[in-house]
Amino acid sequence: MPSQEQSRPQRRDDAPDEAPEPTPAAPEATARKENLDSDIDSVLDEIDGVLESNAEEFVRGFVQKGGQ
Amino acid sequence: MTVRRVMGIETEYGISVPGDPAANPMILSGQVVNAYASAQGIRAAHASWDYADEAPLRDARGFEMGRGAADASQLTDEEDPTLANVVLTNGARLYVDHAHPEYSSPEVTSPRAAVAFDRAGEAIMAESVRRLSQVPPGVNLYKNNTDGKGQSYGTHENYLMRRETPFTDIVRHLVPFFVARQVVTGSGRVGIGMDSRTAGYQLSQRSDFFEVEVGLETTLKRPIINTRDEPHAVADLYRRLHVIIGDANHCDVANLLKLGTTSLVLAMIEDRAIDVDLTVARPVATLQAVSHDPTCTSLIELRDGTKLTAVQLLWRYHALAERYLKSRYAGELDSDTDEVMRWWAIVLDRLERDPREASRELDWVAKQQVLQGYIDRDGLDWTDSRLRAIDIQWSDVRPDKGIFHKLRAAGRFEELVTESAVMEAVHEPPHDTRAYFRGKCLEKYPDQIAAASWDSVIFDIPGQTSLQRVPMLEPLRGTKAAVGALFDRSPDAATLLRELASASG
Repeated sequence: MPSQEQSRPQRRDDAPDEAPEPTPAAPEATARKENLDSDIDSVLDEIDGVLESNAEEFVRGFVQKGGQ
Repeated sequence: MTVRRVMGIETEYGISVPGDPAANPMILSGQVVNAYASAQGIRAAHASWDYADEAPLRDARGFEMGRGAADASQLTDEEDPTLANVVLTNGARLYVDHAHPEYSSPEVTSPRAAVAFDRAGEAIMAESVRRLSQVPPGVNLYKNNTDGKGQSYGTHENYLMRRETPFTDIVRHLVPFFVARQVVTGSGRVGIGMDSRTAGYQLSQRSDFFEVEVGLETTLKRPIINTRDEPHAVADLYRRLHVIIGDANHCDVANLLKLGTTSLVLAMIEDRAIDVDLTVARPVATLQAVSHDPTCTSLIELRDGTKLTAVQLLWRYHALAERYLKSRYAGELDSDTDEVMRWWAIVLDRLERDPREASRELDWVAKQQVLQGYIDRDGLDWTDSRLRAIDIQWSDVRPDKGIFHKLRAAGRFEELVTESAVMEAVHEPPHDTRAYFRGKCLEKYPDQIAAASWDSVIFDIPGQTSLQRVPMLEPLRGTKAAVGALFDRSPDAATLLRELASASG
């Protein structure tokens, strides 16, 4: 990790403090990752409900012409 | 300059008919454009939708369009849907770009507004899909950039720059940034290589499709820096930097940072504030190596021999930006720039500690988390079709089918722009660029506009023998502050043109 230490003033814990703007609601959202592992199953359940039923056919059918 | 400048995003959407991979994508794309345009009462420029305002016929047209490729020849007899090309009241352009429907956002002046108008584009595509779905099987659209079988289509950014800035400076300082920024802006992709010949996961949808460092092409031999020079503005003063390397983002934070950090790097280039040479030794190969490493630990080698990760390289740019902003705007940072700088540091910090911590901010991280969840739960490996299906369906524009949208509705992402702001951006143009003039002309006098483009509006005034063209070569003129009152007191386009003539006369 080269020379940029002094250039990294904003850790996530203190970064948002001096921000009065209508900007991020969230950087202090702390319980983030810890929760993710535990509730990933509920996410998958939710996705299961909308997944295309025949994945292989769906993938095969998604054919595009090249664009820019 | 700061993050603020005239900018915009154009996105080509993936398109398919469920169960019919052979459907003609050009015809389908025309149907997508016309389904939305006709519902808004907009005439497609090349298509005479004479019966556009009659609701029953509009439904009928939806029916015809829904029948899709089967009726292609019949449809082309009627008019050529592949030429569909309309300007919307929000100032955007909705049209067929070869084999994809494309939404080009109106010109905005901040990354946050770019995010809002980019999402508005997806809402417009979703509305078109909803209309076309009334006749099964309908047409589905995907905000992604590859089919995983060897084809790619673009999400381009546009940045207005000073013409006087040497292009060589842009290349020198932007290539390393583009090699690295995908750790923030990548949308994630199942499969390695243009045609996914190697199983696995990578950060970017687009990186495997880039073959050269600098060039004019956009559809083959794609270059990291595109040299297209088509400013759509006063050519002596401005250049439009056309950036073709980005992925289509769903996450607000990733999208904001894509526009915001790039704009800042451009500001530093314009002001000659980058005094280090970060040139990457083998940019194209390195671009792909970075994309192929979801641990974000692979090392980029600079020409001077320095080796550092993509995150560390982005910290270098962050440090330069911080110094630059401090020297020019000490203590007086505008809110847009402040927002970008804060999120930039937050995201780099997380990526450096553990990329999984950025799953609320970055597309590729969130997608990888879901895919890994399936691998763990169902014992899949990276060759499984289900993972490729999830990759595609992630970007389905439909709120009830798109996996990203399902997860957003469940509150799993940082949202910078509210849904109501997005819905407003579907109809209302930005107030602070010429897009305001364009959009309001379309909103107020749709029957008296013969055509519109980025830099002109052409009027067809009843009773006048010739068309009248209003050029708009200055992107920051025609704002609400400048012409809002004019629209208020002009019940028709003839009045507007008279007022404009006397105001400028």
